Formats: sequence, C-alpha cells, structure tokens
Amino acid sequence: MEGDIVQMGAYIGAGLACTGMGGSAIGVGNIVGNFLSGALRNPSAAAGQTAMLFIGIAFAEAFGIFSFLVALLLMFAV
Amino acid sequence: MATEANGEEGGLALHPMAQFEVTPLFGGDTVAWYTITNVTLWMAIAVIAVTALLVLGTSRRAVIPSRVQSVAELAYGFVYKMLEDITGKEGVKYFPYVMTLFMFIVMANFVGLIPMAFTTTSHIAVTATMALLVFFTVTVLGFVLNGGKFFGLFWVKEAPLALRPFLAIIEVMSYFVRPLSHSIRLGGNMMAGHAVIKVFAGFAAIAAIAPLSVLAIGAMYALEILVAFVQAYVFTILTCVYLKDALHPSH
Repeated sequence: MEGDIVQMGAYIGAGLACTGMGGSAIGVGNIVGNFLSGALRNPSAAAGQTAMLFIGIAFAEAFGIFSFLVALLLMFAV
Repeated sequence: MATEANGEEGGLALHPMAQFEVTPLFGGDTVAWYTITNVTLWMAIAVIAVTALLVLGTSRRAVIPSRVQSVAELAYGFVYKMLEDITGKEGVKYFPYVMTLFMFIVMANFVGLIPMAFTTTSHIAVTATMALLVFFTVTVLGFVLNGGKFFGLFWVKEAPLALRPFLAIIEVMSYFVRPLSHSIRLGGNMMAGHAVIKVFAGFAAIAAIAPLSVLAIGAMYALEILVAFVQAYVFTILTCVYLKDALHPSH
C-alpha cells in the first residue's frame, strides 16, 4: 500500500482518460439525433444515408476509443 | 483474481478479463507462433462456419431459396451493395477481399457470443492484422493506380492556399492513425462488451442481486448481438471508404 505513488497516478489517469469517452458519446448522440430528425422529415431519403450515418458514428467514436486505449495502457502497460 | 466466491468482500467470483486469456490447447504453457491455442481453434471454427454457410448456401441454387441460401444471398447482396455505393463501379474488382473480411469478422463475432466461446476479434493482435492489411493494401493500391497523384489525398484543393500546408499535416496524421482506430474500434468494442457481461456474471454470485444481474446479462447479450453485427459492418464500410480514397484520391 505504501509508496506506490506511480501506480496510484496511473489509476487516476486511467479514470480521467475515461472522461474522454463521454465526449465521444455526446458526438455519437449528436450524429444519430440529427440523422433521426432529418430522416423523420424526409423518410424517403433516409435509407440512402445510413452508410454515411455509420461512417460518421465510426469517426466520432474513434476518439472515445483512443481514450479507452489510453486508459488500458495506463492500467496494464505502464 | 478471486477464486473463492464469498472469500473477500467485493471480490468478483470470476475475473472479467480471464476470458481473454490465450491458452495452449494441448498442454504446455508457452505460446509460440506455431502453438495451437484456443484462438486458433475459434478462428478455425469461424472460418469453417463461413465456408459451410456459403458452400451450402450456393450448392443447390433453387429458384425458391432455402433458409441457408437466403442468408448467403443476403450477405452477398449486402456487401456488394455497400461496396458499390461507396467506391462505384471501379471498386467492384475488390469485392472478394471485402466480402472475405466482412464474413470472417461477422462470423468470428457471432461465434464468440456462444457461451464459453473465445472471441478472437476481441484481441488487438487479430484486428490489427486485418487493419494493417487494409492499410497496406490501400496505400500500395493508391500508388500503383495513381502514382504521384495519390498525394492529392493530403492536399485539399478546396481550402485556401495559406491553409493547405496545415491541412496537409492533419491529413497525413489522420491517414497514419487509420489502422490504429480501425483495429481498436473492433477489438475494443468486442472486448468491452464481453467484459461487461462477465462483470454482471460475477455479481450473480451474490444471492441478493442475482436476479437483477441475470436480467442485466440478458439485456447486455441482446445488445452484444447488435454490436457484433454493427462492428463488422463498420469495419467493412471503413475498408470501402479507404478503398475509395485509393481509387479516387482527389479530394
């Protein structure tokens, strides 16, 4: 328990890194929400745009995944 | 790693990450590149399942398709349409590669959802291999097909001239970070979902909250079935987008 301040810092850092996932979640929610509001106004055009929807989600999600990676590295690799 | 269920307070009955351990199948505890491990086994099962589905589905080509044939046709049409929509007619040449990727990933994800199974796609080593293969394929293809014009991918013509060098730096960085995000998206999603299921399974050892935890496992499992498909779809669609960049590099 005593003296392992590097380990403590790594765990705190891992927890802080996870807040990045929240930002990514906001981004994904924003994309899907806007897609839905657009799709409900013009449902006939919605089917053609699902690929774009998923590409957008994937790119927004990437940053959440980077923060997840940082958390994992801090937990297991540092 | 608590082995006793009621040993210490707050300790989980099973460690959520224990399911991702690579163990040799036939004794021994060193893992070399030739060792047959559980990863090898479940990858082979996924490959056999894909082969069985597609071979059985196309062996008796009836006008009124059987169930297996319908699934095989749906998968084929789905990937074909996705590729054609994004890359256009020129990209259809690369259909076998994209179809192979999609079928392997989706089957590995679904096979990994069987209880006690091993999810091969939850390992970064597996997904990084596929992502790096896509990355190198796209880079080589881009230079072979377009020569020096492939650098146009990084030189945004629509932007004002003063801004272009900075955009070029960002574009180059985002190009090289592609295999990283491409692989970790799939691996991370699969690993996180399975770990969450195992965390709830660990809570089931405590009698008071066991029913709630079983319900949560059911809900997470349903979500994981969706995620297994969506992540395979996202991996494939990003492969298509990268292929499109190699075929038409002008921004």
